[in-house]
Amino acid sequence: MQIQLIIRILGILLMIFSISMIPPFIVSILYADGGGYAFFIGFLISLSVGMMLFIPRRKITGELRARDGFLVVVLFWTVLSLFAALPLYLSNIPGFNLSSAVFEAFSGLTTTGATAIVGLDDLPHAVLFYRQQLQWLGGMGIIVLAVAILPMLGIGGMQLYRAETPGPVKDSKLTPKIAGTAKALWNIYLGLTIACALSYWWAGMGLFDAITHSFSTVAIGGFSTHDASIGWFDNPNIEIVCMIFMLISGINFSLHFVTVRSLSIEPYANDLEFRTYISMLLIITLVVLIVLLAHGDKGFSDSLRDAAFQTISLATTTGFTTENFSTWPIFLPALLIFASFVGGCAGSTAGGIKVIRFLLLFKQGAREIRKLIHPNAIFKIRIGHSVLSENIIEAVWGFFATYVALFFIFMFILMGDGLDQVTAFSAVAACMNNLGPGLGEVAVNYAGISDLSKWVLSIAMLFGRLEIFTLLVLFTPAYWRK
Amino acid sequence: MKIIILGAGQVGATLAINLAGEDNDITVVDIDHKKLRSLQDHLDLRTIIGYGSHPEILEQAGAEDADMLIAVTNSDEINMIACQVAYSIFKTPTKIARIRNSAYLKYDKLFDAKNLPVDYVISPELSVVKYIKRLIENPGALQVVDFADGLVQLVAVRAYYGGLLVGNALSALKDHMPNIETRVAAVFRKGKAILPTGDTVIEADDEIFFIAASHHIRQITGELQKLENPYRRIMIVGGGNIGKGLARALEENFEVKLIETQSKRALSISDELENTIVLHGDGSNKELLVDENIDLMDLFIAVTNKDEANIMSALLAKKMGVRKTMVLINNSAYTDLLHGESIDIVVSPQHTTTSSLLRHIRRGDVANVHSLRRGAAEAIEAVAHGTEDTSKVVGKAIGEIELPPGTTIAAIVRENKVIIAHHNIVIQTDDHVILFMIDKKYVKDVEQLFQVDLSFF
Repeated sequence: MQIQLIIRILGILLMIFSISMIPPFIVSILYADGGGYAFFIGFLISLSVGMMLFIPRRKITGELRARDGFLVVVLFWTVLSLFAALPLYLSNIPGFNLSSAVFEAFSGLTTTGATAIVGLDDLPHAVLFYRQQLQWLGGMGIIVLAVAILPMLGIGGMQLYRAETPGPVKDSKLTPKIAGTAKALWNIYLGLTIACALSYWWAGMGLFDAITHSFSTVAIGGFSTHDASIGWFDNPNIEIVCMIFMLISGINFSLHFVTVRSLSIEPYANDLEFRTYISMLLIITLVVLIVLLAHGDKGFSDSLRDAAFQTISLATTTGFTTENFSTWPIFLPALLIFASFVGGCAGSTAGGIKVIRFLLLFKQGAREIRKLIHPNAIFKIRIGHSVLSENIIEAVWGFFATYVALFFIFMFILMGDGLDQVTAFSAVAACMNNLGPGLGEVAVNYAGISDLSKWVLSIAMLFGRLEIFTLLVLFTPAYWRK
Repeated sequence: MKIIILGAGQVGATLAINLAGEDNDITVVDIDHKKLRSLQDHLDLRTIIGYGSHPEILEQAGAEDADMLIAVTNSDEINMIACQVAYSIFKTPTKIARIRNSAYLKYDKLFDAKNLPVDYVISPELSVVKYIKRLIENPGALQVVDFADGLVQLVAVRAYYGGLLVGNALSALKDHMPNIETRVAAVFRKGKAILPTGDTVIEADDEIFFIAASHHIRQITGELQKLENPYRRIMIVGGGNIGKGLARALEENFEVKLIETQSKRALSISDELENTIVLHGDGSNKELLVDENIDLMDLFIAVTNKDEANIMSALLAKKMGVRKTMVLINNSAYTDLLHGESIDIVVSPQHTTTSSLLRHIRRGDVANVHSLRRGAAEAIEAVAHGTEDTSKVVGKAIGEIELPPGTTIAAIVRENKVIIAHHNIVIQTDDHVILFMIDKKYVKDVEQLFQVDLSFF
């Protein structure tokens, strides 16, 4: 364990992160909303702590080993989230305490989108902008950003990248150099964000709303600048734009990369995960539509609008709402919360267990059945034409089992803290899957739950974002043994 | 530069390590995912699992915009086909293939754009044989590398008590040998580099790199250590490609004995070698060594493909009285353990191979590159082009050229004449300039020095 080296890197990253408090400060000057003070103080504190960590160790060099990567990533996410909470805590938001600020910061950076704030519409623009920006930074991963801009993270960068990237196969690089891969990912991400902001603006949003919502849409986050979320605009065009960009952001970014480079849409058509993802969304939308038509009092086009928007928003784990879906017939909210377990594709900004893992679990199940029929046959699991190694399939099983186990542990803690079963279940699901809105008491926001529950859910969000093992490995004694 | 390396074996991996540190985009292709995994874990490069000669694998590896393909899988045929595919389908500008089997190397016509489009052939066994041969011709040297077709040599020797110069300043060299021109490029004392000046005093156990015309090497070596008698009797252990090639290269001028364990192989090489005594047996068999008068042998060379066997048999031979031992070692972790012990010279095949490849990778017109001190240092033979206006070196005296830290110009070869570097020698166009770099991280700066400004064209 190279503690000094790790602290040095942490210092650098914290200094870089402190810069993210400047834009909200500028926003507060532009809108003269008086919210800038907290951000300026937050910037100074983060910068000086980063410098205190870095400067005494600036001459330390060395290479990160595979196991150091986990610690750096986890430390980085926790430390950053805590520092990110600082300006929120200092901003004097009504009814806000330290736990709420930390919850909000974790929810932002992990792109969960669960909020503990009531009365968003009255907050200073600086705070609103900052929340959206947190989601945007967390979406593609701040470590990936750091790898892209800091050449010193070269070789160790791969360890960090692997610990942060979602999906079962983490070794795929888009370009030979890790920095090139990280840059390519951020360029696509940036391009999508700009396109999304322009589309929102065209669809009728104000400039501020267009930019801030593009941040949380492309990051599959779900924060909004209004209590009523996207529903506040009540504009079908905005909803369509939102759906399109949620859909795109839930796709594996390396597919986008290959498509941009080869200028053909063939990579999408050939990708099994992508096809499964789209089919799944279509089927769920259809089911939701049928149930809404059977039970609701709205016409076909309004029902379709609600069904499609809520399905895409929840199944991709974004968490925007246009309609309080928790009041729908109980079958639908339950279905949609379960859909968020599947989430988006690997290598996207979406949360959840990821489509590819479910695909593999399904194929593995089908293989067991075929084995009963042909006991001596050898069946390989394929994605497209390539055979997957048994290691990956075992790892997926392990991941799934641990995910479920952790889910229950968190749920029981919340129930022990006094939440009812529906609230506890949906809150843990919404946080671990980085979804956002839940059911019951947390259907609209998380302001009403206790401080303990907020801390537990913050940890659940981090488990979800780092795909469990990166975080869990730190809790094993073997990791710390010399 | 975008480089695709096919094969993640010894040579492929060493190349990847050397090149990945130098701002190149490297993609390594192999069918063994374990080898790739370990490369991926330690280096910043991309790996692809698959057969390197298959077009679709090459395409995945980025052959379309690659600058260079280096095929070093363990099959000559795959290497050749991969170059053909890269040429026919992807138009890769530079294609290098490793060819081991000398049967392919006899015909020059084979490798050209019309037939097998391999731009450069490297054959590691052959370069190792040449390398060892040069060491044998210069007893006492740790490393000998050629420049300008062998006109100039760079030699590494260890200074011992008994050498005339030991304990004196370098400037004394001139007084000892007024007619011989040489230049000391670097001195390594306890593993650390010292940039030599006239006042530098040579101590015993220093490792000294000097450059001189080939026929002066022996006299200069004598200044640094008690001159050794030339080798006469040589024993080689291992009858593989290297062992056999070495015996063939040496048998004219030396008395050579070769030990091979497999009787079949021993029979077949004895057919090919006329003046060598081929022995069937084990190189670490004490009785065999006694019977063959190991104590009278001048040099014992162990070149089997097992590092451990090489080391053990060399230790045994040394104990039994052989004058000098030389071993071939693939595992570079062992190399550092052994230098200066009862094994006199360690030869690592990767470095000779890497050296021959680096030449094609360096930018600018580079005629030769030699990787020294296990890859840390480098010697380059670069050709100066352009005029005083377009080149950073032409028309300047050596003293005026701003060299990167740790770099010295050691010699110049002008129209087949060797000129040992002095401050006031002015570099002309088409001169071959031989530079020595203590730290190869400045290689880029040296490359830039020799690149001609675009206005030249």
